[in-house]
Amino acid sequence: MTAAGSPVIRLVDVTREYVMGDETIRALRGVSLEIMRNEYVAIMGPSGSGKSTLMNTVGCLDTPTGGEYWLAGQEVSRLTDDQLARVRNKEIGFVFQTFNLLPRASALANVELPLVYAGIAGKERARRARTALERVGLGHRMDHRPNELSGGQRQRVAIARALVNEPAILLADEPTGNLDSQTSEEIMRVFAALHSQGQTVVLVTHEPDIAAHADRTIVLRDGRVASDERRQRAA
Amino acid sequence: MPLHEAIRLALGMVRAQKLKSFFSMIGVLIGVTFLIAVVSIVQGMNVYMEDRFVKKLMGANAFQLRRNPNFNMGGVDQETWLSWRRRPRISAADADYVIPRLRTDVTAARWSEDRAAIMVNGKTAKDISLQATEPAYFRIKNLDIAAGRVFSDQEVRAALPVAVIGDLVAEKMFPGVDPIGKAVTIGGIPYRVVGVAVKQGTVFGLPLDKFVIVPYTSPARRLVNPLGILDEVSFQVKDPTAFRDALAEVEALMRARRQLKPREDNDFHLQTAEGALGTWQKISTILMAALPGLVAISLVVGGIVIMNIMLMSVTERTREIGIRKALGARRRDILAQFLVESATLSVVGAAAGVGLGLGLAWVVKELSPLPAAVAPWSIAVGVLLGVFVGIVAGVYPANRAAKLDPITALRAE
Repeated sequence: MTAAGSPVIRLVDVTREYVMGDETIRALRGVSLEIMRNEYVAIMGPSGSGKSTLMNTVGCLDTPTGGEYWLAGQEVSRLTDDQLARVRNKEIGFVFQTFNLLPRASALANVELPLVYAGIAGKERARRARTALERVGLGHRMDHRPNELSGGQRQRVAIARALVNEPAILLADEPTGNLDSQTSEEIMRVFAALHSQGQTVVLVTHEPDIAAHADRTIVLRDGRVASDERRQRAA
Repeated sequence: MPLHEAIRLALGMVRAQKLKSFFSMIGVLIGVTFLIAVVSIVQGMNVYMEDRFVKKLMGANAFQLRRNPNFNMGGVDQETWLSWRRRPRISAADADYVIPRLRTDVTAARWSEDRAAIMVNGKTAKDISLQATEPAYFRIKNLDIAAGRVFSDQEVRAALPVAVIGDLVAEKMFPGVDPIGKAVTIGGIPYRVVGVAVKQGTVFGLPLDKFVIVPYTSPARRLVNPLGILDEVSFQVKDPTAFRDALAEVEALMRARRQLKPREDNDFHLQTAEGALGTWQKISTILMAALPGLVAISLVVGGIVIMNIMLMSVTERTREIGIRKALGARRRDILAQFLVESATLSVVGAAAGVGLGLGLAWVVKELSPLPAAVAPWSIAVGVLLGVFVGIVAGVYPANRAAKLDPITALRAE
């Protein structure tokens, strides 16, 4: 945990290069940015802009080729696979476009999963998972499997799963990409509510409508930050 | 992830895909079935040999002085057989020489046997075991009397025509009649039945109750052996620890009587249970030696099948692995998950194999004269082999799953 006012995410000149055959693809060409606690940030950019790579890096699924990445006061750019897994478990809550729930497990079991890997025992685990599901308004659907739930409900389960370990950041990758506009609005209201409760939210999207929910929009282009705008929300 | 949860998860997987799981565990199942069934049957044979064969046919703590071995389960070559034929026969005089000179406390009985026909009320039964012996023989063979009595030593000395008959003889020749006091004609001479033996049952399906036992001095002795010749002298030691002493004494006395030189082989045979069981022990040793090889082959095949199924499973569940990794599963968590799954699959197969093997042993026991007895260690070995095969077969697939890159795995369809 970091002191109030210090950044949750601090990227310093982060680069990421992939070698494909004899070609080197430079997905990130020096990205520096800071995201403070309880910010609501949207990351935008056309495909090929390095948006996904940035998200994977911020989500600790990938490590940068160069530069530094500080997450919640810890340098995570040089960690091993297993150390990264720990960081993902404790500090990051993922919400994916395709929900990525385990199809054979109940909503409750899906939400318990991060707690399983955090080493939390049965009863406490169920209690916390239940609380998380209630927080997203799914207290009555805990024993349903994903295929018995609507798209919006599935995404709520995924959000509950992301929240259950009380992560430093909620990292959502096109969270409304598979949802109709009405359900999208519902989901965006869930994010707004979480943000108002103090959750740091990072949203990766290519839809301006969705990005408009955030307080700050970072646009990537060709692996660099093209614009970074804060917006004072009308009261 | 704690082990018990991993096992529960794995059992869920087995249950969710019953047919696939069945096919993947069939190799282990067959291997363990085979192991349990063969061990049970061999074990059953061992128990049977000791219980029935030794106690009924040889007598406990007993040995026999004979011209040559009579229980030959293996083949005997012509030359050996001829050399046995050239040996002098055991005589009544040998028995009279040896028995009083023994210092070890033994019960001894002279005994001869042949197949003969008997007649009761004009009804003839052929191929009856006619045995000429003395009362001590009943004690040595543990041959109890169901009705009447054993003939006495006085009756033996007086060479009276009295007989103890087997259960089957009583049943067939005296249907619905009490045979005690009735006459059985053997070699034209009527014998008075004084006792009926307790039912002995069978050994390897051969009935043990088709016999008539008469004093070795009675007229029927001429039907079984030439005068003064015995088939065997049975000795039973009172104190089991003196068994070797008694054996050595009888051997020494016989060698002295036959005037054998130190380097000459015995021209008689001392039959012990161990000796009679030797051939069976050879067979069971071969079976038990071949067993690991046969079991190993099916377990290796079973392991390869499980490995393939697990590799398929890893490919099918790449997405799941990606999700788990994104949520914080470390390599070792994924590794453990798939290892436990593979081991569970294999152990379920092994457990089914144990059940099937026991069933098979039971069927053999019920439908054939072969006995079966379950060896608890074979069950333990079966299950442990299951765990072992499962883990070994799971290492490669689990390692592959653990090494998957989470980003690529998440993108998988």
